[in-house]
Amino acid sequence: MSTRYRVLVRPKAGILDPQGQAVERALPALGFKGVANVHVGRLVELDVDDASRLPEMCEKLLANPLIEDYEIVES
Amino acid sequence: MRFGVLRFPGTCDEVDAQLACERVGEAVILWHGDRDLQGVDAVVVPGGFSYGDYLRVGAIARFAPIMESVVEYAHAGGIVLGICNGFQVLCEAGLLPGALLPNKSLRFVCRQVDLVVERGGTRFTNACAEGERLSIPAKHTTGCWYAPPALHERVEANGQVLLRYAPGENFNGSLADVAGVCNEAGNVFGLMPHPEHAVDPLTGSVDGLKLFESIRDHVTAHVAA
Repeated sequence: MSTRYRVLVRPKAGILDPQGQAVERALPALGFKGVANVHVGRLVELDVDDASRLPEMCEKLLANPLIEDYEIVES
Repeated sequence: MRFGVLRFPGTCDEVDAQLACERVGEAVILWHGDRDLQGVDAVVVPGGFSYGDYLRVGAIARFAPIMESVVEYAHAGGIVLGICNGFQVLCEAGLLPGALLPNKSLRFVCRQVDLVVERGGTRFTNACAEGERLSIPAKHTTGCWYAPPALHERVEANGQVLLRYAPGENFNGSLADVAGVCNEAGNVFGLMPHPEHAVDPLTGSVDGLKLFESIRDHVTAHVAA
């Protein structure tokens, strides 16, 4: 029986995130005020039989631990 | 000597890399699905978009069958040169320190850049003088080299930075202007600019040839002998 999970991958705090910066600059240009600390990451959705192996999947492939943090969410 | 140039699905600079290698020796193309390195004296991981750059640049290519052989070869002291996407693949494979982030401009940039040889006399720079400037083209979207502070400090202390962008030339935002970095043992080297595109006066510069000549000179002196 597999369960659906979401893996959220985001740039580590303090790492240059030009995508987040670009979005942060674009929103006020469209009239959306009061937006700060925008970061752009990646969402990986997957059905897994053995959720205990998810951290290993993240470390080895889904994220690059040197530059990205990941968060595993059951959905 | 004989170079082996890897070809992944999505690689696009392997032919130029092969031609560059052939200016100093022989070269064969090695297919990503094979495991046999065919006894080559040096491996080049060329530029392009291996596996479509899916997930992260270089992230999938590192699991190709040929990469298992390259990792083994590198750990045994074999010479490996990674160019652009090849540099990204070698970082993902853990053969080189750090990671490549999107250019700070978020734009694809294609231009000639000046590099400064930080260390001459290595396997990859013995045909260059220390402090020499090399004019080599760069073309990438994800070339901002980064390493966490402790790792960066170690890389600098070990003298692993062989090439830096000259003052004012660091267009991608790389940490400490790093353009090319080697592993601790000094047998694996990666850089974002493309030396294989600077081997003929017709294209404006032959400075890139020096890296291939360095490898040839090293192999001829140490390995083939």
